[in-house]
Amino acid sequence: MRIPASQLREWVALPADATPEHLHDALVSVGFEEENVHPNEISGPIVVGEVLEFTPEPQDNGKTIRWCQVRVATSGDDAVRGIVCGAANFEVGDKVVVTLPGSVLPGPFPIAARKTYGHVSDGMIASAKELGLGDEHDGILRLSQMGLDPEVGTDAIELLGLSDFAVEINVTPDRGYAMSIRGVAREYAHATGVAFNDPAAAVTVTAGSGFPVTIDDKTPIRGAVGCTGFVTRVVRGLDRSKRTPAWMIKRLALMGIRSISLPVDISNYVMMELGQPTHTYDLTKLTGGITVRRATKGEKLTTLDEQVRALSEEDLLITDESGPIGLAGVMGGATTEIDDASTDVLIEAATFDPITIARTARRHKLPSEASKRFARGVDPLVSRSAAQRVVDLLVELGSGTADALGTDLVEFEPRPAIHLPADFTAKLIGVDYSVAEIETVLTDIGATTAKAKDGWTVTPPSWRPDLVDAPGLAEEVARIHGYDRIPSAIPVAPPGRGLSRSQAARRRVAQVLAGAGLTEVLAYSFVTTEHNVLFGSVDGTAVPAMTLANALDPSVAQLRRSLLPGILDIATRNVARGLTSLAIYELGSVFQPVGKTGSTVIPVGNVRPDVATLDGLYDSVPAQPWHVSAVFVGPVTTKQPGQTAVPSGLGEAIDAVHAIATAVGVDVEIRQGSHHAFHPGRCAEVFAGDVSVGFAGEVLPSVALSLDLPRVVSALDLNLDALITAAPDHVVATPVLVFPAATQDVSLVVDHAVPAAAVRVAFIDGAGDLLESAHLVDDYRGAGLDDNQKSLTFALRFRATDRTLTQQEATDAKLAGVAVAASRHNATIRE
Amino acid sequence: MSSISPQQLADVVAEALAAINGATTGDELKQVRTRFVADGSPISVINSTLRDVPADEKAEAGKIVGQARGEINQAFAAREAGILQAEEHARLMTESVDVTAVASRRRVGARHPLNLLMEEMSNIFVGMGWEIAEGPELENEWFNFDALNFDEDHPARAMQDTFFVEPVERHLVLRTHTSPVQIRSLLTRELPVYVVAPGRVYRTDELDATHTPVFHQMEGIAIDKGLTMAHLKGTLEHLARAMFGDGAKIRLRPNYFPFTEPSAELDIWHPTFRGGARWIEWGGCGMVNPNVLRAAGIDPEEYQGFAFGMGIERTLMFRNDVADMHDMVEGDVRFSQQFGMVI
Repeated sequence: MRIPASQLREWVALPADATPEHLHDALVSVGFEEENVHPNEISGPIVVGEVLEFTPEPQDNGKTIRWCQVRVATSGDDAVRGIVCGAANFEVGDKVVVTLPGSVLPGPFPIAARKTYGHVSDGMIASAKELGLGDEHDGILRLSQMGLDPEVGTDAIELLGLSDFAVEINVTPDRGYAMSIRGVAREYAHATGVAFNDPAAAVTVTAGSGFPVTIDDKTPIRGAVGCTGFVTRVVRGLDRSKRTPAWMIKRLALMGIRSISLPVDISNYVMMELGQPTHTYDLTKLTGGITVRRATKGEKLTTLDEQVRALSEEDLLITDESGPIGLAGVMGGATTEIDDASTDVLIEAATFDPITIARTARRHKLPSEASKRFARGVDPLVSRSAAQRVVDLLVELGSGTADALGTDLVEFEPRPAIHLPADFTAKLIGVDYSVAEIETVLTDIGATTAKAKDGWTVTPPSWRPDLVDAPGLAEEVARIHGYDRIPSAIPVAPPGRGLSRSQAARRRVAQVLAGAGLTEVLAYSFVTTEHNVLFGSVDGTAVPAMTLANALDPSVAQLRRSLLPGILDIATRNVARGLTSLAIYELGSVFQPVGKTGSTVIPVGNVRPDVATLDGLYDSVPAQPWHVSAVFVGPVTTKQPGQTAVPSGLGEAIDAVHAIATAVGVDVEIRQGSHHAFHPGRCAEVFAGDVSVGFAGEVLPSVALSLDLPRVVSALDLNLDALITAAPDHVVATPVLVFPAATQDVSLVVDHAVPAAAVRVAFIDGAGDLLESAHLVDDYRGAGLDDNQKSLTFALRFRATDRTLTQQEATDAKLAGVAVAASRHNATIRE
Repeated sequence: MSSISPQQLADVVAEALAAINGATTGDELKQVRTRFVADGSPISVINSTLRDVPADEKAEAGKIVGQARGEINQAFAAREAGILQAEEHARLMTESVDVTAVASRRRVGARHPLNLLMEEMSNIFVGMGWEIAEGPELENEWFNFDALNFDEDHPARAMQDTFFVEPVERHLVLRTHTSPVQIRSLLTRELPVYVVAPGRVYRTDELDATHTPVFHQMEGIAIDKGLTMAHLKGTLEHLARAMFGDGAKIRLRPNYFPFTEPSAELDIWHPTFRGGARWIEWGGCGMVNPNVLRAAGIDPEEYQGFAFGMGIERTLMFRNDVADMHDMVEGDVRFSQQFGMVI
């Protein structure tokens, strides 16, 4: 909402030198956020001139300029100036606006005497647009067009009100009344304590009668009838040669509204002044009386933008005997629109249901100044004043005659009274306002207040549908007396339990991975369907996923089932930027719907749903477990003095899995795995107990290459929630053994296909309690072995709880381990 | 019987000392040891003749031979230590490296500053006894809107602001704010409730320098008996000072949100902000609307409280001079690596 200062000044006493800052400070203090300032950066000398003579001079470029002699002062050496003008819409004797050298036009565009087309042009003859008076730029501004005939030399800035400025504020959706000069002036008065003159009360209303209007709403929306007020007035005999006065064009321009024609400009001006949108019909194009009703199925309307609109049965229509003539509160119809020849007009000032208008505006994508105001609620009691104001301006500026024909239909029940207990405001705000302070605010905002037992009964004014309860009234008291009066106090919370187990575990994982040399990233949650299947499914079978109904990019419309697509995309971006040695990780939620999701019915908002309904709501939301993912690209370290590049690979991913498991405090087991997005021979499936928690390995080279990554890319994606769930509550400690250890090696020959981990587990099972550790030190294949054989060498450490072991005892334990490995995996000892 | 000649002894010692002190390497010293210190060396031979010395001279002879041996042994030990030290030093010198060019063995990692900031803010509240609450990012509309006093016709529910998932008639949305965690906390926790909810939220804004469709918020809610707007102000003031130092100030301006009444815009001021000391819009807050309490089955006559929320990206922008949203969302590792483990 933009407010021209000159217009505000008509209803509240602004300081003579009120600046945009002053207005913003005042309005911010009562809750209207500063959006912008629209100054008219203009300075003189800009004066009224009279064209004395001109000579048309054709130019090489095909244009014809006029070399003019213009009188700009009644006397003096410089009273007549030579000015070059490119326009041709003026005659000798026309009064025009001359911007003399030294003046500045909005832009800023400084004017100087300059040589052009073979003359020195001593200033410029201005168009309406150049003066900030709207969009008119076909030729220069002739003051006679505006009905003006001022003396030569008159200050045009003063004459045309060119030095005005507007402040732009943000009006929150609860305060529809402030979408008007009337509302903002009231708020300025609240902020500064000056007196407020109500522009609605300044109009002397004469009701019209005899124009038939029927309201026939058979299907109210959410219990609200679509139209509760319909005031019409008639003006006849408009002189259509009358132009919109400069002051009105100027104010409309400052408010961001283009001047169109006098009747349209007046309608817009009154809407800005009083907040009531009005519509002007050509009376002669109406057929019979008006009926307000909902559209019927299949009905169509051509709106005044010449669009044919297919209507919904929820749309509210203005109709006459010819059919629909307007989309109520949103846009008029083409058939009854006023045109340049219209002289007899019907003015409509109606009250429409906010929800009906909001839905229609949204449905037809027609947000307008009118629909915005109706959607927020227009004062139902301002319609008569608004209609009268339009009539008065058409009579005054358009030489029309007010007619007695009209309609006076206003239905309004006073807003429900609110009980405000005496101590309520202090208890909510924390400030002990006096009785007088509370009563003053309630009166100033226009409410009627009656003393009641332990407080007040407050009836909000007609323009405040947002005031429905005591906190709303307390807010008015707090905001008008200023939030800076509220003191500071720190509440004492009951003893807290710190981070939850899961929160603490996730923080540890994030810290450990960063400590291990990985860099944390945050990817968007949106992925393509192909990537969800590729990374979110183990074997490529289709998996359920959530799809956005209104994705920004329709090709990336699914919610991720895995973190890998996002983090790989980030890897690609880094590699493309030359960051080719990369280790990155992300912790985040994935979306894994199972079965039916969502709910068809939404309970009402302001009451706790019953247990079954609430459980239904909880269950309607799909599982969104936390995952952790990492990607490794390029060397761990690049070539350095004394050291070649150290390539990364599967090992980085497996190491990271162990780091994550340690951070969570859970034992994991690595098994040979299979996942269609990973290298078939370099994929590990990670288990916590018997639960698979995800995969780690080298990404399938063709997949890596398709993502513009190098052939070798390692990655992991683990269900972090599952890991945390599998972790024991606490660690059960075992004593540290201090008797000397016996160390030996064992080499076991097995088939290629047997995983080292399985051999190790078998060996450990067989070796028994004396074996303290078995560490794989070699995986040998080649000479001395069959083609399908490998020799796994483990470094063993044996230790007893109560004595120094002999080598024989250690050897016996080792052979027991070998025996189990032999029985499970056909392992043979390699001497 | 024979006597030991002091002159002979002195000559032996002198010769041995000259040889010992003449040795400059471990190998030379080894040869010196064989010739002048070990068995068979002149002093050792003299020593072995002591048994033949007459009884009355034995004490005196033993003394001077012992002294001579001691002198040789000491000199040898001193020379040996010196040579070892010199050799060790020489070896260490050959092992010198340019410490400014040592090869690194692993990468250096970093946290994402948005997460670090959320953790830092969370820690401030945990320090006050508050707890951290969490909720799903894909939410039922009831939690995201209805329960928070957003009417079914509220403009924020339109498709131009909120991501809906298909089928839309099943009412699942990507949460547009962390506020649904408020209502979940009120429904599931015992009163009084003091929680903050940091997390990821979504709106249908295209990515540009100041907008991103996926961003983060920190929400807070306190519901207790007797809480007033003064407690809201005090809590936010504490947060501002804990995060920005004692020079920080906050200001509340009237505003509108469906889930609070009164509602306020939160501004923060600090002398060190980029562009000079100034007020910066930080977040929204207010006293929890009674309808929100009713949605959780809480009697607003008995309990009341406050809620607040702020954008994490925005906070990082003015706290750490981040000029462009792209840096926070693109995942370029150079961005996080400026921060390392600390913001």
